[in-house]
Amino acid sequence: MSTAATAGAHEAHEHTHYTTTGLHHRKIAMWAFIGSECMLFGSLITTYLVYKGRSVAGPFPHEAWTSPDGKAFPAILDIPVTSASTFVLLMSSLFMVLALAAVENKGKPGYEGRLGSSKFWLAATAAAGATFLGFQAFEFTSFVHHGLTIKTNLFGSSFFTLTGFHGAHVAVGVLWLMTMLFIDIKRGLGPKDALNVDIMALYWHFVDVVWIAIFTLVYLIK
Amino acid sequence: MASLAASPTHASAASTSEQTGLWSWLTTVDHKRIGMLYLYTALFYLLVGGLEALVLRTQLAKPNMGLISAETYNQVFTMHGTTMIFLVVMPLSAAFFNYLIPLQIGARDVAFPRLNAFSYWVYALGGLFITLPIFFGVAPNGGWFGYAPLSGPTYGGGFNMDFWVLGLQILGISSLAAAFNFITTIINLRAPGMTLMRMPMFTWMSFVVQFMVVLAFPVVTAALFFLQFDRFFGTHFYEVAAGGDPLLWQHLFWVFGHPEVYILILPAFGLVSEVLPTHSRKPLFGYNVMAYSGIMIGFLGFGVWAHHMFAVGMGPVADSIFSVATMLIGIPTGVKIFNWIATMYGGSLRFPVSMKFAIGLVAMFTIGGISGVMHASPPSDLQQTDTYFVVAHFHYVLYGGAMLGIFAGLYHYFPKITGRFMSERLGEWHFWLNFIGLNLTFFPMHFSGMLGMPRRIYTYDAGQGWDLFNLMSTSGTYMLLIAGLIFAYNFFTSRRNGALASNDPWGAPTLEWSIPSPPPEYNFAQIPEVTSRYPMWDLKAPDRMAGIKHTHADAAVIAEAHAVPVHEETERRTAQELGIPMPFPTIKPFMVALGIVILFSGLIVMHAGNFPLAMATMLGGAAFMVGSLYAWLTSPLE
Repeated sequence: MSTAATAGAHEAHEHTHYTTTGLHHRKIAMWAFIGSECMLFGSLITTYLVYKGRSVAGPFPHEAWTSPDGKAFPAILDIPVTSASTFVLLMSSLFMVLALAAVENKGKPGYEGRLGSSKFWLAATAAAGATFLGFQAFEFTSFVHHGLTIKTNLFGSSFFTLTGFHGAHVAVGVLWLMTMLFIDIKRGLGPKDALNVDIMALYWHFVDVVWIAIFTLVYLIK
Repeated sequence: MASLAASPTHASAASTSEQTGLWSWLTTVDHKRIGMLYLYTALFYLLVGGLEALVLRTQLAKPNMGLISAETYNQVFTMHGTTMIFLVVMPLSAAFFNYLIPLQIGARDVAFPRLNAFSYWVYALGGLFITLPIFFGVAPNGGWFGYAPLSGPTYGGGFNMDFWVLGLQILGISSLAAAFNFITTIINLRAPGMTLMRMPMFTWMSFVVQFMVVLAFPVVTAALFFLQFDRFFGTHFYEVAAGGDPLLWQHLFWVFGHPEVYILILPAFGLVSEVLPTHSRKPLFGYNVMAYSGIMIGFLGFGVWAHHMFAVGMGPVADSIFSVATMLIGIPTGVKIFNWIATMYGGSLRFPVSMKFAIGLVAMFTIGGISGVMHASPPSDLQQTDTYFVVAHFHYVLYGGAMLGIFAGLYHYFPKITGRFMSERLGEWHFWLNFIGLNLTFFPMHFSGMLGMPRRIYTYDAGQGWDLFNLMSTSGTYMLLIAGLIFAYNFFTSRRNGALASNDPWGAPTLEWSIPSPPPEYNFAQIPEVTSRYPMWDLKAPDRMAGIKHTHADAAVIAEAHAVPVHEETERRTAQELGIPMPFPTIKPFMVALGIVILFSGLIVMHAGNFPLAMATMLGGAAFMVGSLYAWLTSPLE
C-alpha cells in the first residue's frame, strides 16, 4: 500500500489544479455573476420603461414643464453632454483591451514603451471611468439644480435609481482598476496575472454594455 | 440491518482529523463542516418556524380565541412564512448542496471554499437580523410576500417591514454567492469521466436550482431596492398618488417568487431520486428524461409568475397565457412522478425510513400538484384565491413535498455524515406521526378554504362550518410537533449512540458511498475516474447495470476499467500524509459578512432618526467589509 500512497500523493498534487473544462473557476463564476447582473439591470431598466410618462408632475426627461404655480422647468436630459461621457466610457473599454494585451504579452516585441505598458493602459482605463463618474456627478448636480431629485416624481425615482446603480458599478470597477494598477506599480503584472486582469476586463466591458442599453433606452428614445 | 453494520475500525478512526471548538467552526472552509453548520442552523429555525405555526394554529383552534392579538398574529404568520422559506427549506437544501455535491462529483471541495463560508455566515447573521425583532414586538408583519403598499412607508411605517426588506436583501446575497460557487463547482470540478449525463440526479437538480437562483434573486433584489428606497429615501416606486403602481411589486416579486418555489422543491426531488433507486435496487427509470424535465421545470418556472395574480384583473389575454404556461409545467412534474413510480416498479424494494419518506413525497406532492393545476385555471383560481384552499395546496407541496424529501435525505445520508445510523424504530414513529399529522393538518384546509375561510385572519366567528376543520388542523399541528421532537431526539442521540455504518450501508450507486463514513477532510484520497453513471454498482452489483452506457463498450474492459479507479477507500489517513493541500481556515469571510450586516443595520438607525449615528454605522460597516474583503483576497487559499 505504501507505493499506492506515494502515487496517490503525487497524483493528488497534480489534481489540485485539475478542472473539468480546462477553464479557470473564477472565469466561470464571473460569467454566472454577469448573468445575475443582467437580471438586476434588466429589472431596473424595465421599471424605468414601464414608468416612463407616468409621472403625475414634472420635471420630465424630454420636454419642458410648467408647474401649476407657474414655475418653468426645462427638459432634464442633456443628450450632448451625456454623449460625451458615453464616448469616454466606450473608449475606456478599448483601453481595457489594450491593458489586457499588455499584461498578456509583457516583454514581447511590440509591447515596449508607453503604448505597450500595462500601467499606462490601466491608468487610462481608470481615468476614463473616473471621468465618466465626474460627468455623472455633474449631471446629477445640474438635475437637482433644475428641480429634479430622487423624491420629486416617478421619473426622478426611477432615473436616479437606474443610473445610480450603474454609477456604483463603474465606481467599483474604478476601485478594482486602481487596485490592479497599484499591484502593477508595486511588483509588475505579467502573463501569470492575465487571468485576474481578464476577469476584471469582463466586468468592465459588461458595465460598459449596460451603459449602451441605458443611454439608448433612457436618453435617446423620446 | 445486520448485514449493513460495519466493522468498528472505521468509526474509531472517524474523528482523527476532526477539529473542535468555536473558533474552528467560525473559520472553517471545509464544505462538509459548512454543510453541517447549515444543517444545524436550519434545524434550529425549523423549530422556531414550527413553534410559530403552533401559535397560529392554537389561536385558530376554536372561534374567537384570544391567545394573541391581531397585530401579533400578523407578525407570527409573516415570520412563519419567511422563516420556513428563507431560513429553513432553502438552507436545508444548501446543507445538502454543500455536503453532497463535491462528494457526488468526486471533488475535494467546492470551487471557492472561502466564498462558501461567506455564504453561510451571511445567512446565519441575516437570519438573526430578521428573527430577533420578534422579541421586541417589531417583527415583520406584512406577509412573506411583502405586498406594496402594505409594506411601504404609508401603511407599514414602523420598523417591522424595515427588518424584512433589509433581511431579505442580506439573505439574497448569501444565496447568490452560493449559486455562483455551486455552478462553478459542478461545471468545473467533476471527476474525469463524469459527463453531465453521468451526474447523480441530486447534483443535476441542484445544478438547475443554482441557475434559477442566479436569474431569480436579482429581480427581487431590484424590487426590494425600490421598496427600500421608498421607505428610506422618499422615492415613489409603489406610491399610487405619484403615478406608481403596486402591481409592479407583485410582478417583480413573483418573477422571483415562482422560480423560488421550484428552488425549494427541486433539491428534494433530487434527494428522492437518490433514495428510490437505491432502495428499489434498480437504476433510476428514465434518467435522461428526469434531467431534462428538471431543466424544463426550471425554464417554465420563469414563465408562470402571474398565476399568483389572476385576482388583480390582468385581462383575458394575460390570464390565458399564464394559465396555459402553468398547466404546461404540470407535464415535466408529472413525468417525474411517473418515473419515480416506474423506478420502484419491478424493483426489489426495501423500506427503511428514508424510503418511506421518499414514497411519502411522491404521494403527498402529487396531491399538492393536482390542487396546483386547479389554480392554473383563472375561474377556479378566483374562487380559491386568498382562502385556506391555497394554504392547503402549498403546504402539500412544501411540507408534503420539500420537507418529506429533505427528511428522506437526512435519514439516507445520516450514516455517511456521522458514520452511524439513526434509529429506524424512532424513525418509524417520526414518519407515521408526520404522515398522519400532515394530512390531519392540511387536508381539512381544503374544505375550510372551499367553505370560504380567508387566509391570514387571526380569528373567526362560529357557525360558518369552519370549526371542525380548524380543530382538526390544530390537532394535526400538535402531532407534527411530537413527530418533530422524536426526530430531534433521534437525530441528536444517534450521532453518538447509533449503530455503526460502513462506507456504503445502503448499497447505493454513486461516488459518495465509495469513501469512508464520515468522509475524511479531503474526501477522496485519489480522485476517482468514472466510466458510468453508477460507479458503485459497477463494482458491487453489475447485474443491475444492463443497458447503462459505459465509456468502453466491451464488458471485459468495463470490468477492468471501473474496478480499478473507483475503489472503496478503507484507510483513513490525514491530508498531510497524503500530500493533499487543504485550504487554510480563515475568519475573513465571517468578517465580510459581519460588515454587510452592520452596513444594512445603519438604515434601521436612520429610521430611528439618528442620522449621524446611522452614517457612522453604514460607513463603519462598509469600511469593515471592504477592509476584510481586501485582507481575504490578498491572503493565499492553501
